Amino acid sequence: MRSVAWPRKARIALSLVFLLFTGVIFLDPARWIPVVWLQAITWPQFTPSLLKFLITGGWAAAGFLLFVVITLVFGRIYCSTVCPLGTLQDIISRIRRRILRQKPLRYARPQNILRYLILIIVVISIIAGSALLVNFLDPYSNYGRILANLFRPAVLAGNNALAGMLEKQDIFWLPRTPWKGYQPASLGFAAAFLILVTWMSAVRGRLYCNTVCPVGALLGLFSRVSLLRISLDKQLCNSCGQCSKVCKAQCIDVKNREVDYSRCVACFNCITACPSSGVVYRFSGFSIPQVETVPADGEKQNRRTLLKAFMVGTAFLSTRAFATRLTGGEKPTTIPEERSLVSSPPGSEGHDHFNKNCTACHLCVSACPTHVLQPSFLEYGLQGLMQPYMDYHSGFCNFECTVCSDICPTGAILPLAKDLKKRVQLGVAVFIKENCVVYTDETDCGACSEHCPTKAVDMVPYKDGLTIPEVDDKICIGCGACEYACPTRPFRAIFVEGNQLHIMADEPQQEEIILEDTGEDFPF
Amino acid sequence: MKRREFIIKGVSAGVVTGTSLGLGGITGLASALPPQNAYDLVAVRDGEPDVMFDRAIASLGGMTKYVKKGQKVVVKPNIGWDVIPERAGNTNPKLVGRIVKHCLEAGASEVYVFDNTCDAWNLCYKNSGIEKAVKDAGGKLVPGNTENYYQSVQIPKGKRLKEARVHELILNSDVFINVPVLKHHSSASISLAMKNLMGVVWDRRYWHRNDLHQCIADFVTWRKPTLNVIDGYRVMLRNGPRGVSEADVVMMKQLIVSADIVAADAAATLVFGSKPQDIPHIRIANEMKLGTMDLSRLNINRIKI
Repeated sequence: MRSVAWPRKARIALSLVFLLFTGVIFLDPARWIPVVWLQAITWPQFTPSLLKFLITGGWAAAGFLLFVVITLVFGRIYCSTVCPLGTLQDIISRIRRRILRQKPLRYARPQNILRYLILIIVVISIIAGSALLVNFLDPYSNYGRILANLFRPAVLAGNNALAGMLEKQDIFWLPRTPWKGYQPASLGFAAAFLILVTWMSAVRGRLYCNTVCPVGALLGLFSRVSLLRISLDKQLCNSCGQCSKVCKAQCIDVKNREVDYSRCVACFNCITACPSSGVVYRFSGFSIPQVETVPADGEKQNRRTLLKAFMVGTAFLSTRAFATRLTGGEKPTTIPEERSLVSSPPGSEGHDHFNKNCTACHLCVSACPTHVLQPSFLEYGLQGLMQPYMDYHSGFCNFECTVCSDICPTGAILPLAKDLKKRVQLGVAVFIKENCVVYTDETDCGACSEHCPTKAVDMVPYKDGLTIPEVDDKICIGCGACEYACPTRPFRAIFVEGNQLHIMADEPQQEEIILEDTGEDFPF
Repeated sequence: MKRREFIIKGVSAGVVTGTSLGLGGITGLASALPPQNAYDLVAVRDGEPDVMFDRAIASLGGMTKYVKKGQKVVVKPNIGWDVIPERAGNTNPKLVGRIVKHCLEAGASEVYVFDNTCDAWNLCYKNSGIEKAVKDAGGKLVPGNTENYYQSVQIPKGKRLKEARVHELILNSDVFINVPVLKHHSSASISLAMKNLMGVVWDRRYWHRNDLHQCIADFVTWRKPTLNVIDGYRVMLRNGPRGVSEADVVMMKQLIVSADIVAADAAATLVFGSKPQDIPHIRIANEMKLGTMDLSRLNINRIKI
């Protein structure tokens, strides 16, 4: 009998489409992909969708529900097609098997205590209002971070090299995009995570998905009772074990002709591999299979300890250093900007909402046109590790722009109408007169006021015809344009003190200008 | 509140002062006189931006006087802000488009347009309307958003500014047309032709940190634009250079064209309602003899449409 290859082929084709699309949104060098596409591409991603649904409800956030239903019917299709991290691991384990010709996989016992313990802890932590664990473990967010932190710089370097070549030919349609997202903590975490997942998938296939991943564990609870399941036909199966060798979930127990449905990711490798049509994918009724008993777990304890150590290790790996270059004969400023809070992005409502719901996928970091959104280290505290914050030394928030709130897949940054966005106060500018050029050098400057979109930073008479900045905190929105533009170093003369909770700034009041007719056509 | 009232009063008072100041040297309508020699400066009012430029350039002898066949031209408007044309934060797109067209008609091989913007560059290019205007006219819009485009130049005659990183287009083009928009400016008092040159350099921070007005004048010692075209169609009278709303803007329908960058700035300052000698960088540039702010010494063509 011929084996059936099409389900596997279809799965591979679909998974590559998801891998590619979910990847491209993090790599797009010049924001060519329209916002609606970004929304559509992230819609099915489980964790972001679930978080967004908990905040906003509605179909725009119901992607995860669709996959709960699909899992109940077909098994963990999500894990083998939609999840980009899953496909990434498949590629790694395929390289191991096909190119490096390593030993095939074989059945392994489940690590149920560990996987459900992690799931329970993650769920509790979400309910308790912490996104830190999901942030560390969520497959979509980790995939995003790997692309945004490790792959994007390479793509931008390639883009800029190509742009340079085109410019030599007098062609200017390809713009250069500088990479400003250098954050050692998130870069280190992404690299460490990639190494961990590479190692786990090279050695044990979908080990991450079936022991660590909270989405895998949750969907495993549903796939355990799915209507359609992979099973070994008692008549046709001759226990040759071919299926088990290609099972990346290591869930086919050939000896007992049993399949652990909770770990099966519906990849259909086994169907294709079976020489006797003994592996079937069929309706299995509404019966709930017996829950397997679990062996003692000394080894797992070790692994968990390792994992924990790795997380804490990467968290403390980095420090932030500002390179400052003083040119000309300028005097360095002396008073440090004492910022007690950073600003969270507009639409995030404040630190609490943002820290609770952001999984640090860094999609907004990749898409922000001014690069003001940067991964944090401890700016929000350990709680908000790697979550983006407004880094006003890297850029400032473009007044008319709402990209981050339009595309945030988790609802950590909620959609914000443009008119409202222009009034949401993320923080307030604080002026340090003693650092200001006008005070120290007695020359005009005004870079801060120049960039201010609401003129909350205005220039008022100082002395000898000079003007000096003054802040109106009622109309300041904390966009950071003043801080970004301020030319003094090492400390700036104006900086934004973040608001714990965003508030609405007053609208700038404008009086009408009436020009008197002088009766002259030209004043010269 | 009080401060805004002051500005409004200041502006209207300024217009009166400016007028009385200008009256001294002028008798009758200059545009009615036959052009004895070439004009040093042309001022046009009451037309659409493109029409005013047509008239101005014609009275200067046509664009062929400035652009020869096969030359590369760089046009530098102000595209600093992500605002629509009605906000007058950027140069009027119709004017920029028309200048590009004149250059091409004069036989320019290429006409490039760029600015080192303050807001996100691609949003500025798009929402200013300049991207479309330039492309429609057949020009090339070039980015200025990364340091790679800028090359270091020495400014030996500069007092505070000795060095700057300048966009390669300025270095590689034969003709340089400077097209600022006339507006209020919180740092430089008024933003005009000389101030607009801050958009061709990379490191503006240095200028702000090291005597802004002196640096603005110093840069002119390095290179003067071939022609300066000051857009006074819509004029932002307060809250510049970005502006807060359309309430900052009045319709003035003016255009100043001159090869003398200091004279152009002086004339536009009077149109704005201030005195050139009150604007430090114009005063400094005049003292450094980079041009003249004494308009009575110039042959001016005044055109009312």
